[in-house]
Amino acid sequence: MSAVALESVTVHAGGKSIVDGVSLSVQPGEWLSILGPNGAGKTTLLRVLAGTIGFRGEAALRGRRIRRLHRRDVARLVALVPQTPVVPHAMTVAEYVLLGRTPHLSLLAQEGEDDRTIAAAALARLDLEELSGRELGSLSGGELRRAVIARGLAQAAPILLLDEPTAALDIGHQQQVLELVDRLRREEGLTVVAAMHDLTLAAQYGDRIVLVDDGRIVAEGPPAEVLTAERLASLYGAQVRVLFDGTTPVVVPVRT
Amino acid sequence: MTAAREHGLPAVSAPHVGVPWTLVALAVLAGAVLVGLLVGPVPIGIGPIAGSALAHVPFLDAGTQLEAAQEAIVWELRFPRVVLGALVGGMLALSGASYQGVFRNPLADPYLLGVAAGAGFGATLVIAYGPTGVDGFVLPLASFAGGVAAVAAAYLVGRSVGGGRTTATLILAGVTVAAFLTAAQTFVQQQNTESLNEVYTWLLGGLATSGWGDVLTVLPYVAISAAVLLVHRRTLDVLAVGDEEALALGLDVTRVRLLLVGAATLGTAAAVAVSGLIGFVGIVVPHLVRLLVSSSYRVILPLTVVVGAAFLVLADVLARSILSPAELPIGVVTAFVGAPFFALVLRTTRSSA
Repeated sequence: MSAVALESVTVHAGGKSIVDGVSLSVQPGEWLSILGPNGAGKTTLLRVLAGTIGFRGEAALRGRRIRRLHRRDVARLVALVPQTPVVPHAMTVAEYVLLGRTPHLSLLAQEGEDDRTIAAAALARLDLEELSGRELGSLSGGELRRAVIARGLAQAAPILLLDEPTAALDIGHQQQVLELVDRLRREEGLTVVAAMHDLTLAAQYGDRIVLVDDGRIVAEGPPAEVLTAERLASLYGAQVRVLFDGTTPVVVPVRT
Repeated sequence: MTAAREHGLPAVSAPHVGVPWTLVALAVLAGAVLVGLLVGPVPIGIGPIAGSALAHVPFLDAGTQLEAAQEAIVWELRFPRVVLGALVGGMLALSGASYQGVFRNPLADPYLLGVAAGAGFGATLVIAYGPTGVDGFVLPLASFAGGVAAVAAAYLVGRSVGGGRTTATLILAGVTVAAFLTAAQTFVQQQNTESLNEVYTWLLGGLATSGWGDVLTVLPYVAISAAVLLVHRRTLDVLAVGDEEALALGLDVTRVRLLLVGAATLGTAAAVAVSGLIGFVGIVVPHLVRLLVSSSYRVILPLTVVVGAAFLVLADVLARSILSPAELPIGVVTAFVGAPFFALVLRTTRSSA
């Protein structure tokens, strides 16, 4: 059974389709990267999967239709790591990560022993032990990103949705974050769906790439097949050359 | 936590009110109640009051040293007034804190959102046009209806302008609604000069009460509203990450927001109905707790109730003793303290709001 399955999903907003008849499926343990120009509908696709936006068509998580699921059950299946999270500045890192336990608590309950242990493990997983008492407002961009991912991990959902996880990070932190996600995927058997901006990083980390434009899928497959110079030129209006590092494509912008 | 330590994991605990702050808050409230019982035109010492209090405990067989008149002053005048002040103060402060959490806006309070103005308008309609004698029962309902209408209007206006996203537009919408309702209320007031005085006195706010009637009127509303708000204290922390993320964490944001705004509005309206318009409690007290203790609503809500109660009891003592035997409207006292504090809050939250 697919971890994620979309069937002719369409999202309308402001009189136009942001997502237009998208069908795709993601296998358990797979890393799918969604690529496309700004405004192509990448984030909206993740919202559909997180159940935070209305849509037409059919979307299922592990064979269960999102529309039929209770809000809390969706949150137990998918954890969303947003691109620009709303940051409560005075909240400590530990408190923030504990919020990830929300779908496992009844509305009026407080966190129990188990929840605290799981949150502590998520903190440790992202090397945030030292920072657990710090306020979110005092963190650097990379530290904050790790805190948001830790909250996603504390959610203990089998499917992790990442919205541009490397945005606003320097190259070292970009690698750290993606390596970490990949390690979690292998060790915890997570399924990863990531909207990505950087074509080369997407090629390095994704098993499969879906290229979207104007709300539609225009190409789908392994990175080496999807990322061709002609396709990127027509899609992004960019002059690029695709080199190969072993079998992994590397997208390099060129001047004409 | 112990299990976490065994595995070498960092200690993680959910935010909660620690014992020290609980004791501080309760001590402040106890002190305020004591001051409220002691201060008044008729001097009655702390010893006799304590003795009389013990005499009211069944099976203790302690005798009171107070004369009948003094007994009446302490237990039929001062004590109900202190209890009413505590209920109203705790409720207004708790509502303010809840609005701030629900709307993720440090400046949200019953005043800025127009709730108080709506409640005032509703109550004025009853005083001006309603039959005399039913005020005690109908007044809280009318002010509740007015309060709910006002907050709904503020929310809708704010949403239509700013997509419900920016917190500044909500406050602007609230101020707009409040201005409109205040104008409507003044119009009704001027048209009904025979009840002008009653409305005016009520508007300025005050806890002048004798006996337990007002306390009993407001108690059920305050109890329900406070219970609903307090049990949702963790939910307010979840809402701090914004609607979309709260939704992605499995929270039914729309439903929860409706419930919490409804509860806070019910409590505010009931408080306004018995005490008139008392400003700034809902903003001063939660921010004081926030600045001193924690920004988590699991800490703010419980402490705010206790500190808000103490604050209004003390403000009432000032209100009735500064110009004694005349009374200063209590809203004047709270605004006198609250306005400068509000300016300070604006300064410190300017960057993060």
